Amino acid sequence: MSYIGKFRVWRGDANGGSLEDYQVEVNEGEVVLDVIHRLQATQAPDLAVRWNCKAGKCGSCSAEINGKPRLMCMTRMSTFSEDETITVTPMRAFSVIRDLVTDVSYNYEKARMVPSFQPPKDLAPGEYRMQQVDVERSQEFRKCIECFLCQNTCHVIRDHEENKPAFSGPRFLMRIAELEMHPLDTADRRDLAQDEHGLGYCNITKCCTEVCPEGIHITDNALIPMKERVAGRRYDPVVWLGNKLFRRNRA
Amino acid sequence: MTTHETGVNAPPRARLPVPTLRADRWWLGPALTVTGLTIFVVYATFRAFQQAHYFVAEYHYLTPFYSPCVSLGCTEEASLFGRFLPDHPLIPYAAVSLPFLLLFRMTCYYYRKAYYRSFWLSPPACAVPEPHRKYTGETRFPLILQNIHRYFFYAAGIVAVINTYDAIVAFQSPSGFGLGLGNVILLVNVALLWAYTLSCHSCRHVIGGRLKHFSKHPVRYWLWTKVSLLNGRHMELAWITLGTLMLTDFYIAMVAGGVISDVRFIG
Repeated sequence: MSYIGKFRVWRGDANGGSLEDYQVEVNEGEVVLDVIHRLQATQAPDLAVRWNCKAGKCGSCSAEINGKPRLMCMTRMSTFSEDETITVTPMRAFSVIRDLVTDVSYNYEKARMVPSFQPPKDLAPGEYRMQQVDVERSQEFRKCIECFLCQNTCHVIRDHEENKPAFSGPRFLMRIAELEMHPLDTADRRDLAQDEHGLGYCNITKCCTEVCPEGIHITDNALIPMKERVAGRRYDPVVWLGNKLFRRNRA
Repeated sequence: MTTHETGVNAPPRARLPVPTLRADRWWLGPALTVTGLTIFVVYATFRAFQQAHYFVAEYHYLTPFYSPCVSLGCTEEASLFGRFLPDHPLIPYAAVSLPFLLLFRMTCYYYRKAYYRSFWLSPPACAVPEPHRKYTGETRFPLILQNIHRYFFYAAGIVAVINTYDAIVAFQSPSGFGLGLGNVILLVNVALLWAYTLSCHSCRHVIGGRLKHFSKHPVRYWLWTKVSLLNGRHMELAWITLGTLMLTDFYIAMVAGGVISDVRFIG
C-alpha cells in the first residue's frame, strides 16, 4: 500500500539553512533512506546524503529523525503513522557540510589518539592464544559500525563544543575499554582514559547506549567498568596505599 | 530551556528554530523520577527523625530505617548492637548506617543517571539540550567523589547483613517462634536489598570485572556472570527496593502504632 508521506528535511550548509517541506511517495516495507533517495531522484536532485550499505552495517546514513539520532536505513516507515510529518536533520553534534552530510573528522582525530593493541613482546604474530571466555567482553565492542550516533547524542560534546578537545566520546572510550580488557594487551590505559580522553566527563546518562543501532551496552559494559578500573588506580585509597607499599604497577 | 552558542545551534552546525525536534513524551521519564525520588526522600527523612513507631516488641519487628538501633533513646529490646549514640532529635537512631546507605544510593551508577537527568537536566533526555553553560562532568570536586562508590558498597553490604539478622531474629518473639505477615515483609525486603546491593556495578567490578583473564579465575568468572545477570536489572531493583523499604517501614509503623494488628500465621 502506497501513500504520500509528509517530510521536513534540513537543507543548507555551514552558513545557514532551514527545514523544507516535501511530499514523497512511500511504499510498503520501505525505510526512511528509501524515501530520501526517492526525494533525491524526483524532487531534490541536489540533496546531499551520505549512505552506503543500506543494511545497518556501514554506519554512513546517521541522521536525526524526529529529533532522535537514528540510522536512516534502519528506521522503518511503518513505525510512523501516514499523517505524521517526519523531520530529517543532519547530526547536530558535528559541523554540517551540506544538507544531511556532516563533517565527522573529530572522530577520526580521536581514533588516532588511542594507542594501538600492544601484544606481549615475547609473542610473535601467529602465536596468540586466547580462551573464548577471555575475549567475549571485547568482542561485544567489536560490533561497533562507527556510525557515531553515540558521539552525536553524547551531551558532553553535543551541548558543549568546548569539551571536544578534552573528551573523546563514548565510541573511543569504549575502544580503550576493549583494549584494556583484552587478554593479550599489555598496556595500562587507565590514566590515558582519564587524562587524555576525558572519561571523567562522562556522567553515565546512557544516551550512547540508547541510540546504539548495534545494541552494544556501551555504558554498562565499557564506560562504567572503565570508570571502576580508573577508580581502582586513581581514587581508591586502599589500592593507592597497596601500590605505594608494595610498589605495584597494576591493581 | 535555552541553548547557547556552544551547543547544538553553534555554527557551523545545522541550526534549527527549536532546541529539539523530539515530539515524543521525553519529559515523562524525568518527571516520574523527580516524583518518585522526592516521595522517598520526604518519607525517609520524616521517618528517620520521627523516633517513634519503629519497633514491635511483641514480634520483634524492627524497621530497616532504625537498624541498627544504637541510640540511647532506643528501646532496649530493639538494640541488638548496644546503645551508644546520644539521644537527640537531630540524630537518627540508626545514624551509624543511614548516612552510608544514603551515600551508597547517591553514588550508585543508576541513581546518578536518574538524578543527573531529572534534577540537573544534564541532559533531561537524549538529544534534548541541557540548560547549563558549562559542563565538567565528574572531573572536579564534589562530583569526583562519585569514584569512591565501592566503599559505600562495602558499607551497604555490612548493613544488609544486619538487616538479615533483624529479619531472622524477628522469628523469635518473646513467646517463642512465630510467623506473621511482618516476617514475610521483612524477608522479602531483605532479599531484595541483597539483590540490589549485589547488582551494584562496583560489586561486578570487584567480583571479577577487573580481571583480564577470566579463564585463570573460573570461580570469580562464574560469580561475575551471576552478578552481571543481576546488574542487568539494577535500575529495576533500585526502584523496587525504594518501594519495599517504604512499605516495610510503613507496615511496621502501623503495627507499632497500634493502627493495625499483624496478621499471624504461627504464634
